[in-house]
Amino acid sequence: MKKTFMAHVTVFSSLAMGAVLAISHGAANAADAQKGKAAYVKHGCWQCHGFVGQGGIAGPKLAPEPIPLPAMSAFVRNSRGPMPPYMEAVLPNDDLADIHAYLQSIPKAADYKSIPLLNPK
Amino acid sequence: MERKSSKPTVDRRQFLTGVGVMAASAATAATTVKPAGAADAAPAPHVPSALPPSFQVAQAETGSPRDAARDPAREAARVKGIPGSDFMVDVIKSLDIKYLPSNCASSFRAIHESLINYGGNTKPEFLTCMHEESAVAMAHGYFKIAGKPLLTLCHGTVGLQHAAMAVYNAWCDRVPVIVVGGNDLDAAYRPPGVPTVHSAQDINAIVRDYTKWDDTPVSLQHFSQSFVRAYKIAMTPPYGPVAISLDAGLQQEPMRDHGAKPYIPRYVPTAPPQGDSGAVKEAARLLAQAQNPVIVVDRAARTAEGVGLLVQLAELLQARVIDMGGRMNFPRTHYLNSPPTVVNGADVIIGMELTDFWAVVNSFTDNGEHGGIGTNSTRIKPDTKLISISSVELNTKANYQDFQRFQVVDVPMAADAQATLPALIEAVKSAIPNDRKAAIEKRGEAARKAYADNQARTRQAAALGWDASPISTARLVMETYGAVKDLDWSLVASEGNVSNWPNRLWPMDKYHHWIGRSGGYGVGYGAPASVGAALANRDLGRFSVSIQSDGDLMYAPGVLWTAAKHKIPLLAVMHNNRGYHQEVMHVQRLANFRNRPSNLGGDMGPVGTSIQNPDIEYHKLAESMGWWAKGPIKDPAQLGPALKEAVAVVKSGQPALLNVWTQPR
Repeated sequence: MKKTFMAHVTVFSSLAMGAVLAISHGAANAADAQKGKAAYVKHGCWQCHGFVGQGGIAGPKLAPEPIPLPAMSAFVRNSRGPMPPYMEAVLPNDDLADIHAYLQSIPKAADYKSIPLLNPK
Repeated sequence: MERKSSKPTVDRRQFLTGVGVMAASAATAATTVKPAGAADAAPAPHVPSALPPSFQVAQAETGSPRDAARDPAREAARVKGIPGSDFMVDVIKSLDIKYLPSNCASSFRAIHESLINYGGNTKPEFLTCMHEESAVAMAHGYFKIAGKPLLTLCHGTVGLQHAAMAVYNAWCDRVPVIVVGGNDLDAAYRPPGVPTVHSAQDINAIVRDYTKWDDTPVSLQHFSQSFVRAYKIAMTPPYGPVAISLDAGLQQEPMRDHGAKPYIPRYVPTAPPQGDSGAVKEAARLLAQAQNPVIVVDRAARTAEGVGLLVQLAELLQARVIDMGGRMNFPRTHYLNSPPTVVNGADVIIGMELTDFWAVVNSFTDNGEHGGIGTNSTRIKPDTKLISISSVELNTKANYQDFQRFQVVDVPMAADAQATLPALIEAVKSAIPNDRKAAIEKRGEAARKAYADNQARTRQAAALGWDASPISTARLVMETYGAVKDLDWSLVASEGNVSNWPNRLWPMDKYHHWIGRSGGYGVGYGAPASVGAALANRDLGRFSVSIQSDGDLMYAPGVLWTAAKHKIPLLAVMHNNRGYHQEVMHVQRLANFRNRPSNLGGDMGPVGTSIQNPDIEYHKLAESMGWWAKGPIKDPAQLGPALKEAVAVVKSGQPALLNVWTQPR
């Protein structure tokens, strides 16, 4: 039983990696941050990560400086943790690439030391 | 029952029965109503108990009192002797209960009248509420600041049904509330029509599963014993709500002459239960010898003294402390204050008054695996020793599952944590060997560094999305803190699902800085509990501030009017994320598990979870009920100036609300 399970995992991982490579290949040129912003809202990423990917108690920060697209794709498709997986039927590869572009476009936050309210006396 | 065989000369039941029968037949009524001064020896002729409501009877319930009492002779005859409800007021006054939040109802009209006219509407002062759930939640919030319970009166059936969720929150949060429900118990005499629909055999049944005790007194002497007993039980840790069913007839009838006036038992507080001395010694031994002890607290501190005791224990051991936030147990400014992840490396964990020990040492991932039920995994090393001090073990009931999953503990104590701490501290002092003291000090140095690093990480996380619109929850929380930091502030609501920023960033170090969460997570607690806590803070000269969620406010927004009516100053800063956000995420999660897009129906969140289209103008809602209000505020740059205005209003004694559009969490 365990072997069968592991075999499934291996096959699944190979398929997932193939999908990731396809995304990274096809998405590099097409990714559009503006479209990505709309897709980010439409697919509900904002629900746990906030509208600008800032994160919070429900989900970690995604921006600025998101993880590379292949790693993000692998995680989104195969998540078994608190985040539910988004399969391609729900979140197409192009949308995922656009979302990544949107997250990349979000400017870096200021150093907290420069924000007086985050340094109360 | 003796009360029925020894009737006063003219009582309410006879009067109402007479009214009902008079409508059917004036001649019959004349023989039913006894004249004043008549002896009890001759029983009245039997009359049916459930005649259809006549015009007069219906008027008695739904019309004005004047319509129902047009006969001056009968009116004069009713005022005979001392009303039973006056004596009840004497009993209530003996317990020094300051306020009585309540929504008025006919089943307690007699005690209501006694409270305001005989009792002078002081101790308790009647606070007009618009929903029984609001009344109970106000008492809930009040206790967490004042440390004293309030009384609330409910209509026995429909009122208690409204109150039930708030009673459940108080039960889960271990907060005493004295709930009294009016009821027309005697079916042979209760008026037909609405009063009958609003009566039941056992009104307390609806809250029995989540109250510590309840009773149905059948005489005034019984009432005085029951009321003082209820207060005493509610106020003995573990605290909890209690219920008393109060018969309308008993309230309205004059006191009968049985010789001596019924006595009022003296209230003497019961000492809380302390941990067994052997168990305390074993716990101290384990803690003293631990390489990495961790203290986890939820409702351990019942008072400011409890905070001081926890600091003593933590410093003695240089043990990291995780405050789960049921109360302000441990100063957030202390270097031993730690995130929940520190249990991972612990070799001894002591949990005090934990809601859920299992979840402290295990994790649950809602990932749809195992047939959809998710994944459980341990968060601690297999040989970690667990110690528990919890008074809740003394008061577990069967039906509602607030006791959570079963967790095996090595040293469990069914005892009150705060009451046990002095003995535990002394036992730990005795148990620490001299050769361990240097290692313990070194542990403290590591904790200081970890605390500083965690603070820096948290502040940098708060800076993310700082200028975003809608406004980030970190910005909302820190702008609010900036506006109140120079005042003696008190955060008087659940923090409003704002990523725990207040607990992570506000320098909470006093017990009143934070009142904890609702207990039962019944939505609708936040607004009324914050008004109740603000009432207590008003009397103590403190400034109350709440982070008010949108969905929570809409359960019973009438509490805003109550705050304005009774001049309860409170700054409510709205976390208006325009949705029932927990459910937004739940439905999305299930859609993902099932591999299909979520139907948004034109809103941002899945159908049935958004509060938009139309957007609620909470500032106008608050204004309509006497609050100063402003909004919607969407630009973070406008928030600081608006807060400054609002703080000035609250300092003048009024409540103020800011409707702020926010990020989801």
